[in-house]
Amino acid sequence: MTITPGKSLRVAFGETVAELGDSDPRIVVLDGDLGSSTRADIFEAAHPDRFFQMGIAEQNLLGVAAGMATVGFVPFVSTFACFAVARALDSIRVLIAQPKLSVKITGGYAGLLAGMTGKTHLMFDDLAIMRVMANMVTVAPADEVEARQAIPAIVAHDGPVYLRLNRESAGNLFDDSYRFELGKSVVVREGGDVTVFSTGTHTVRVLEAAEILAAEGIEVHHVHVPTLKPLDEEGIVEAARRTGFVVTSEEHTIIGGLGGAIAETLADRHPVPVKRHGLADTFGESGPDDALLEKYGISAEKTAAAIRTLIADR
Amino acid sequence: MSSDTSLAGPGVAELEELARRARVHIVQSIATAHGGHLGGPLSAIDMLIALYFRILRIRPEEPDWPDRDRFVLSKGHSSIALYTALAMRGYFPVDELSTFDAVDSRMQGHPDMSITPGVDMSSGSLGLGFSGAIGIALGARAAGKDFTTYVMLGDGECNEGVVWEGAHVAERYALGNLVAIVDHNKLQQFGWHGEDVQHRLPPYTGSQLVDRWTAFGWKVFEMDGHDMADVLATVGAARDHTAGPAAIIAHTVKGKGVSYMENDYKWHSRVPTAEEFEIAMRELGETGGAA
Repeated sequence: MTITPGKSLRVAFGETVAELGDSDPRIVVLDGDLGSSTRADIFEAAHPDRFFQMGIAEQNLLGVAAGMATVGFVPFVSTFACFAVARALDSIRVLIAQPKLSVKITGGYAGLLAGMTGKTHLMFDDLAIMRVMANMVTVAPADEVEARQAIPAIVAHDGPVYLRLNRESAGNLFDDSYRFELGKSVVVREGGDVTVFSTGTHTVRVLEAAEILAAEGIEVHHVHVPTLKPLDEEGIVEAARRTGFVVTSEEHTIIGGLGGAIAETLADRHPVPVKRHGLADTFGESGPDDALLEKYGISAEKTAAAIRTLIADR
Repeated sequence: MSSDTSLAGPGVAELEELARRARVHIVQSIATAHGGHLGGPLSAIDMLIALYFRILRIRPEEPDWPDRDRFVLSKGHSSIALYTALAMRGYFPVDELSTFDAVDSRMQGHPDMSITPGVDMSSGSLGLGFSGAIGIALGARAAGKDFTTYVMLGDGECNEGVVWEGAHVAERYALGNLVAIVDHNKLQQFGWHGEDVQHRLPPYTGSQLVDRWTAFGWKVFEMDGHDMADVLATVGAARDHTAGPAAIIAHTVKGKGVSYMENDYKWHSRVPTAEEFEIAMRELGETGGAA
């Protein structure tokens, strides 16, 4: 696979939801006063009558979305991941997840790279928090192409969904021939030395890392896992069988996210050594993306080095 | 209000008798379950009976009728009062009230829209049902539906910040199809102590609730939440106010109808002893045991 320049996931989100709104009158967008950042403004421009500004008040934002879902709308809630997941968690739990309402929660600016905001805004425990919640489908697309396909797929799913949207593109991994399927993982690179699972836009950096390692003679079997819940258990077991040694890599804390999900599944289904690579048990800080990737150890080079070390320590 | 008295349904005297029977069911259910809440349900029940027997446009035989009025009990811990009104109105058998708080029961401790017929929104974490009700009203307008959404909050519940987040948005969108009723029974579960720790202060005093809701741009009414004629007239007037959202501050008595429960914070969630139960039944005019 080759990596090509792509639009950001937030632009893909705004454009795709606006397009879906053309043919599906059930779709509404509720904003937490961040539409110009999350690009919910693209939807507002196309469908001003179905765009609802809830102001800077996230608990109510998520609750209003639940109410709208009960009268037949499919609300997309648009705010930053930190505010949707952390600040409004009780609204999500009681009003959306427990009654299984069809609200699509988009967590913008998720992960480490959130535009020079610092630890208050850097949300990289979102996948862990959302995937442990009963009824909550959890999706983290890799690129613009996958995001454009994942959004109609989560609309078709009649229930609560958390959609993680990293702020910037890491490049496009997929092309128009790609077919996203909710709940399925996808092999992006074949190899026999180590199976590496990744999710979100970090998958693009992991693929770059795999190319670095290939030059050294290490062949990575690379599997992208866009749906953390429901997890593609069959695909994960099969990929683990391929090499008998698994590394997980994510722009997320290594506790409870993709690494946790893979380790749980393999412990139950196919016990093999699993090493988790990602963000340490910590909070983030402000900084340019490249500097953050370097310091927190998830640039392509650092990821390659980590996989190399994990293999050596095997 | 003429618009109310013209509605078909029981008159004031009949509503009062229904409310008396409802109180008996409530006390019996809590005594049977050995758990739950009494003070709040007894302050709310007259209004719930008026809503379900006279005010709400509903079809009990078709709980999911899309054009029905919606009612959200945001003070979800008063669930037994809602279940009692729903059962008496025919949504499910009255006998089912005896399963309150039991495993596999549809009568859960807090309302669950996914299992109980007639429950329009789950609630229990205070303040959130109110947000859900705002979403219903906003959705109704967006969908071109003409039904009214009613939501009942506790006065203690108004401590929650999300209530005021929602009040702001409802005013911003001028939701004239939304009526909030605040059950102002002047006590919360524990609250602040007064002259000594046995005396608890009301969460809001004097005109504070009226002033707060008014300041948030709502049309505010007051009523005696135990006076059926007043409830019918005031809720009707609030419903007919369509220029924006309406709030009714309902003056009520926590534990209303059972002398030793009234105005005593400890009866927020106490269970009566056998002796207390007999006294309650007697005071509620129940000599035979069953309502």
